[in-house]
Amino acid sequence: MPDLTRFAFIGGIYSNYWALRATLDDIDRRGVDLTHFLGDLGAFGPHPDRVPELLIERGIRGIQGNYEESLSTRATDCHCGYTDPRDNHYAQISYDYTFGKTSDRLKDWMGTLPGTIRLTAGDRRILLVHGSPRKINEFLWRSTSPAPFLEKLCDDYQTDVIICTHTGLHWHKPLSRNRHVINAGVIGRPANDGGRNVWYTLVEIEGSRVNVEFVPVIYEHEKLAGEMRAEHLPEEFIETVMTGWWTTCLEVLPPKERMAGRF
Amino acid sequence: MSEHPFVPLAALDTLWFQVAGTLCNIECTHCFISSSPRNRSHGMLSLADIEGRLAEARQLGVREYYFTGGEPFMNREMLPILEATLRQGPATVLTNGMLLTPATCGRLKDLFDASEYSLDLRVSLDGFDRATHDAIRGQGVWDKVMIGLRNLAAVGLNPVITVTAAAEGIESADGRTRFLEIIRSFGFEKPRLKVLSLFRIGAEEKRSRAYESWEHLTSSNMPEGDASVLQCSSCRMVTSKGVYVCPILIEEPEAKMGETLGETLRPFPLKFGACHTCWVDGVSCRT
Repeated sequence: MPDLTRFAFIGGIYSNYWALRATLDDIDRRGVDLTHFLGDLGAFGPHPDRVPELLIERGIRGIQGNYEESLSTRATDCHCGYTDPRDNHYAQISYDYTFGKTSDRLKDWMGTLPGTIRLTAGDRRILLVHGSPRKINEFLWRSTSPAPFLEKLCDDYQTDVIICTHTGLHWHKPLSRNRHVINAGVIGRPANDGGRNVWYTLVEIEGSRVNVEFVPVIYEHEKLAGEMRAEHLPEEFIETVMTGWWTTCLEVLPPKERMAGRF
Repeated sequence: MSEHPFVPLAALDTLWFQVAGTLCNIECTHCFISSSPRNRSHGMLSLADIEGRLAEARQLGVREYYFTGGEPFMNREMLPILEATLRQGPATVLTNGMLLTPATCGRLKDLFDASEYSLDLRVSLDGFDRATHDAIRGQGVWDKVMIGLRNLAAVGLNPVITVTAAAEGIESADGRTRFLEIIRSFGFEKPRLKVLSLFRIGAEEKRSRAYESWEHLTSSNMPEGDASVLQCSSCRMVTSKGVYVCPILIEEPEAKMGETLGETLRPFPLKFGACHTCWVDGVSCRT
């Protein structure tokens, strides 16, 4: 009988240490074997040192997102991958704030994180990436990531399971031969669905069987919003925390995902 | 004279279809392939043609499909073509918006809802008002596009409005803001806008000017840039005549790379004036 392994994957955290605490508490209650973060620890939220400090204190491993790559190389922007001027305007406000408030010690620590991690469980090979296996800031949306394209990524990168984040929206696509692509979502901000909760992902593997569960996390979002206001972060960001609807970085959304949101 | 730089195909992510050939119901003064009601340089693609190409594309792991012309909705099989495509992946149609009847829009909305993949529409406008727009796209076109946009809004589809740099002032922040307000006034609460560069080929060569000799890339004059943003690093274009490197160069015989997709996966030399525009402006034909 093959052993069962339970993984927890935490997508973009965006400085939301209130949600990170609630997520880690939830993971503790569920008897998870291994927890990983998938990058983009900063952006959007307040006090960007608090998330990395908490991850280091708890001994949680993970990979770089475009934020960690940019901060550790002292780049002038987040390389989020947006093309629209309004998207870029708000992305720059986030990045400038996060850059200014992240200590040099933690920026250097971010530079030591790997870009990808490979794991195995049962007979499955697992690849953790931030955006996609081929690019740290590539957006893998559900409605623009068809099966033939994802099958090719699994072939090219010799893996059975790809775990990614970066888009902010969670989804799972089962492929041929028990292969899977899973976007773990983010705990940094809600999933543009009018709910104030955020999402992390549990993956259970036994032999070649892969079971995926998206877990909603309720956290003290009003405290987060209060701190964002005290830090003079844009009112648009606070509105997202308080309502569950995205107000910025919308132009990058494909039509299906855009249609589902309020703005 | 140094040689032209080559761009390798990193992956065939985007497959374009010249689905209506070069046939169009209007004759814009800036059209880089001089589409018109009389231009039959490239022919229509049939549903059977598209289905054959989709089978090839599936093997190559293509991510997304774009349809252009001419005017795609002049192709009578356009809706079945979209239905077949949306079974395999996301699709975007570039249209002038003049043939978007209530019935067509209703059917497009059904396709949008039925597919797990995104269906997107891009409608071209070339000015802030009727007079400047019609000067480029033809007398009476603005009014017909307005009807098409209203029909799209009525079924709840939200197109990207594309505007070329021929619309004076569109490239400034103020111009963008003004245009977004105009799109909002058409009934779209989430206005979407993409500004496109002009290519000095086809009709545009006569409207403005041709590329000059210095506007050609060589290994020695190449400004710094990122080849991965170039269309030719991730796309190919299917027309009735074969497979071309990109959507822009279909009137250049040397830009035809083969008959099957598999034959066209090799690097391409950036030897044309239009390549200079793509490189210098960072143009992407993708949405």
